[in-house]
Amino acid sequence: MSSLPDIFSTVVQGLGITLQVLVLSIICASIIAFVAGLSRVHTNPLIKGFTGFYVEIFRGTSLIVQLFWFSYALPGLFNIHLGSDVWVAVLAISLNYGAYMSEIVRGSIQAVAAGQTEASIALNLSKFQRMRHIILPQALRMMLPEYGNYLIQILKATSLVSLIGLTDLLYYGNIYRSTHLSESPMVYVLLLVMYFVIALPLIFFTRRMESVSKKGVAS
Amino acid sequence: MTWSWDVFFSVIPLIFKGLWITVGLTLACYLFAAIFGFVWVFISRIPWRPVRWLFGWIAEFIRSTPPLVQLFFIYYAWPMIPVVGVSLNPFVAAILGLGIHFSTYMSEVYRSGIESVDKGQWEASTALNLSTRQKWMKIILPQAIPPTIPMLGNYLIIMFKEVPLASTIGVVAMLHIANDYGAQYYKYVEPLTVVALFFLLLSYPSALLINKLEKKYNRRFDNKTLA
Repeated sequence: MSSLPDIFSTVVQGLGITLQVLVLSIICASIIAFVAGLSRVHTNPLIKGFTGFYVEIFRGTSLIVQLFWFSYALPGLFNIHLGSDVWVAVLAISLNYGAYMSEIVRGSIQAVAAGQTEASIALNLSKFQRMRHIILPQALRMMLPEYGNYLIQILKATSLVSLIGLTDLLYYGNIYRSTHLSESPMVYVLLLVMYFVIALPLIFFTRRMESVSKKGVAS
Repeated sequence: MTWSWDVFFSVIPLIFKGLWITVGLTLACYLFAAIFGFVWVFISRIPWRPVRWLFGWIAEFIRSTPPLVQLFFIYYAWPMIPVVGVSLNPFVAAILGLGIHFSTYMSEVYRSGIESVDKGQWEASTALNLSTRQKWMKIILPQAIPPTIPMLGNYLIIMFKEVPLASTIGVVAMLHIANDYGAQYYKYVEPLTVVALFFLLLSYPSALLINKLEKKYNRRFDNKTLA
């Protein structure tokens, strides 16, 4: 028990990287999700087809494989250097979760009652106005709980970045464990608790959004 | 480093051996999660609030912390715990770690299925004087489980893609073989691409199948509500 402050002070050095990867991935994944989700309901078959291809590739393979692939293939094969491994991790995580999240964007847009589209056509709204004022506001509300769930998934995914050498929470935990084997249980329990503490706001956000999306929707 | 088709084709049989281990491990983890998921359902129905609350948060804790750290905990830390600690081989550790992690998701699926059973079914089975066991086995579960089959199938695919985490504790499946090959010859891209292709080859058709199943069940549901 007495070593807990030691473990904490070691592990906490990785907090910055974990949060950095988390925040950047959330932002990038959300943007990708919206662009891809809207492209999938686009009428142009080329845009639709290409986005469908992207989504299936990234949903069909495993995130950990993508992470390794990006960290080895981007510099070697295509001579793309993103500057730091943080961006490699963010790229892999946000492309992966962007693909999953684009499905909730697409799903909720399609779940908006067809009558809404018909009515807005009858009102002579342009395609853009229809999406901006009628469909999206209703779809957004539906996607919020799922969106919150994916934010927690992204947090869990950030633990993988230690595998490509980023110095996040888990990385420092493993470093500490390697020199203090008998304290391993404490190290990992502390790590789990720290991840849980970061997840708590996201959990409450998700629960709140569940009640928001249930409430006051015209049926 | 350039792409080499020679390497690409030569690693296919090598990785293919790992494919069966990945698939086997997925099935084992899934089975464990599917069975253990019922334990959470059972606990969530204990008529004592503090217990429900406590286990609810334990499930939330397991669900929202990284499975990778949980895997490390079970593999590296569990043996260090006095009295109860036992050393596990990587396979058992992976089945336990991923199984417990995903059981919390499975329990949500079961719960939604059970909640979808009409209240009248409970009342009717109580009125017919069925025992608790009969009520569950004959009335509730046969109605609660079939609508959740598409979701259960989805989790099988999701778990298939999480199983490569086990390579970090030394399970020699696809990803581990690919990384070993890379470390030996400094050729990472080809073996990793083969691994990705195998994942795609297995998970994409399964996803299509699940989609079909989902449509089938939805249609049946729609017909029922229309009738």
